[in-house]
Amino acid sequence: MKLKSIWDLANPTRFLGLVNAVLPWLAGITALTFIAGLYMTFFVAPADYQQGETVRIMYIHVPAAWLAMLTYSVMTASSIGSLVWRHPLADVSVKAAAPIGAAFTLLALITGSLWGKPMWGAWWVWDARLTSFLVLFIMYLGLMALQSTIEEPGRAARAVAILTLVGFVNIPIIKFSVDWWNTLHQPASVFRADGPTIHPTLLWPLLVMAIAFSLLFLTLHLAAMRNEILRRRIRTLRLMQASGETGTAATPAAQEA
Amino acid sequence: MRLIGVDLLCERGGRRVFSGLGFAVSGGEALVVTGPNGAGKSSLLRVIAGLVRHDAGTITLEGGDDELPVPAQCHYAGHYDALKPSLTVMENLSFWQSFFEVPGLDPLDALDELEIGHLADLPGAYLSAGQRRRLALARLLVARRPVWLLDEPTSALDRRSEAKLTALMNAHVADGGIVMAATHTPLELVNRRELQIGRPQA
Amino acid sequence: MSGPFTALFLREVRLAVRVGGGALMGVLFFLIVVTVIPFGIGPDLNLLNRIGPAILWIGALLATLLALDRLFQADREDGSLDLLLMGGHPLELVVVVKCLAHWAATGLPLVIATPILSIFVNLEPIQIGAVVATLLVGTPALTFIGAIGAALTVTLRRGGLLLAILVLPSTIPVLIFGVSAANAAVSEPMPFMTPFLYLAAVSLISTVIGPVAAAAALRSGQD
Repeated sequence: MKLKSIWDLANPTRFLGLVNAVLPWLAGITALTFIAGLYMTFFVAPADYQQGETVRIMYIHVPAAWLAMLTYSVMTASSIGSLVWRHPLADVSVKAAAPIGAAFTLLALITGSLWGKPMWGAWWVWDARLTSFLVLFIMYLGLMALQSTIEEPGRAARAVAILTLVGFVNIPIIKFSVDWWNTLHQPASVFRADGPTIHPTLLWPLLVMAIAFSLLFLTLHLAAMRNEILRRRIRTLRLMQASGETGTAATPAAQEA
Repeated sequence: MRLIGVDLLCERGGRRVFSGLGFAVSGGEALVVTGPNGAGKSSLLRVIAGLVRHDAGTITLEGGDDELPVPAQCHYAGHYDALKPSLTVMENLSFWQSFFEVPGLDPLDALDELEIGHLADLPGAYLSAGQRRRLALARLLVARRPVWLLDEPTSALDRRSEAKLTALMNAHVADGGIVMAATHTPLELVNRRELQIGRPQA
Repeated sequence: MSGPFTALFLREVRLAVRVGGGALMGVLFFLIVVTVIPFGIGPDLNLLNRIGPAILWIGALLATLLALDRLFQADREDGSLDLLLMGGHPLELVVVVKCLAHWAATGLPLVIATPILSIFVNLEPIQIGAVVATLLVGTPALTFIGAIGAALTVTLRRGGLLLAILVLPSTIPVLIFGVSAANAAVSEPMPFMTPFLYLAAVSLISTVIGPVAAAAALRSGQD
């Protein structure tokens, strides 16, 4: 019964119907969670005795960083679906997720840079964490570039899926080597995003913001998938329009090869 | 108007393609260039179009615009359709109209003339080989140039489009223009003359 | 209808920004070059600040050259080059317009991205201004010089690498004056304007030499 409904979902038309029904609700819940989370960030959570008010950036920075990695995991899972089962919806999912992942990564980079400025005295230091995220950002951009270069969606999806999986294998290696490189060079300032213990008054706003960001991802991803499916339908219609010879079907000899 | 080639010599990659070749076509005539493979039909057309250097001889267009070199008064449609897949059909065509800078048919009318008007807003990538070829031929209509140099213009065309092309060539000839075409398809052209080049199997 | 060169300019820009055009690919490459260098030399911000202008200049140089290999090749492969030659317009002008459009679509984004990339190498605002100014004046020279290489390698299947080999020596003056001007902006004894004006002169010279040489190469390459 459950399996059957999953397969039903996998049908793009059913999927579109479902997305159209769910999306407004999802967007509403996302907005409410964000209001709650931002309220807690600015009015409930206390300022840090060392970092002062700037600690509030954490409530955006940390969830964005989580989502940047979660998005890549979603892309990896979708890539497997795309390569193994050749499922069109999985193709669409990979393509739709990449710009969202890039946006979350960029957000994490910018907030990280803003957060670090008072401590480092510079907008950017080659801190291991920040640097790894910069590499992740470049990987997202590379995936998007590959997608935009190959015109035919099916071929683009397979190429992107392979690159996504290669990236998934490589990310831990990159992370390890960047850490190694960083400790080798004695980082300019020792800075850790998460302290050893997090006080509950800090934890709650963080959790709510994390949920808000996850909901935001879900909303954006579903909307982007819907757009991509519609974009592909337009493409198919236009291809049909190109091959449909208006007014020449009268003679069989006029059929284009 | 008269397009005259005298004593043309063309060498490519050390190989003599043709030598001592001469021809003359008047306005209102269609000259079909025939000959075996490798006789230099394509080379002759490209020499006239100024795309291949000729090592001796002269090409003149009597009664043409003396201000312009001969190639700037010719339309050339070769093996490639000069079509950009990421531009729409309309963008492809109107670019060439603006670039050639001489008046001609409105691009949309030219597309309709070749029965691809319904494709105007589609990207070039979506076109079939025959549609691409017809778009390349529409280029001849949007900028009026007296001489048409057509290299295998019927390739990829179906019979209906072939008839259309014949009609366009005849209209151009009837208008006083010159058509030079290298083709083996027996097109029903008015005022048709033939130029046989190359020795038959030396 | 618009003039022939306006039409050509618009067409080139459209081709660059549409599917497969890869106008922003240069910026991505620029970002990667600037990112990779600290992994080689270490994250020392003082060192990065000292060599930052050079890193940015070399990144912009490579990004410009690598984006150039399709400048004429794409037009040759689909037969457009034949028609551009037959347009009745001076080929040199056609080359100038193509280069300007190429610069607007790929060179200018590099200049715009420079302030952001400057942050990675810890540049001061005045240094950022100097690097942006020198790149704004210098990258057109790179495009025009690169056009010569693009025209020479137009018939070759794998011209990209050869293009870089042919052209890099000719870009050395641009690099020298560009980086010296950018460095002179902060180090007191050297004046900024001297190398900057040399750079401008080299740029102006290459807008003449580039198109003339590229047009000659394209004509001789026809067969």
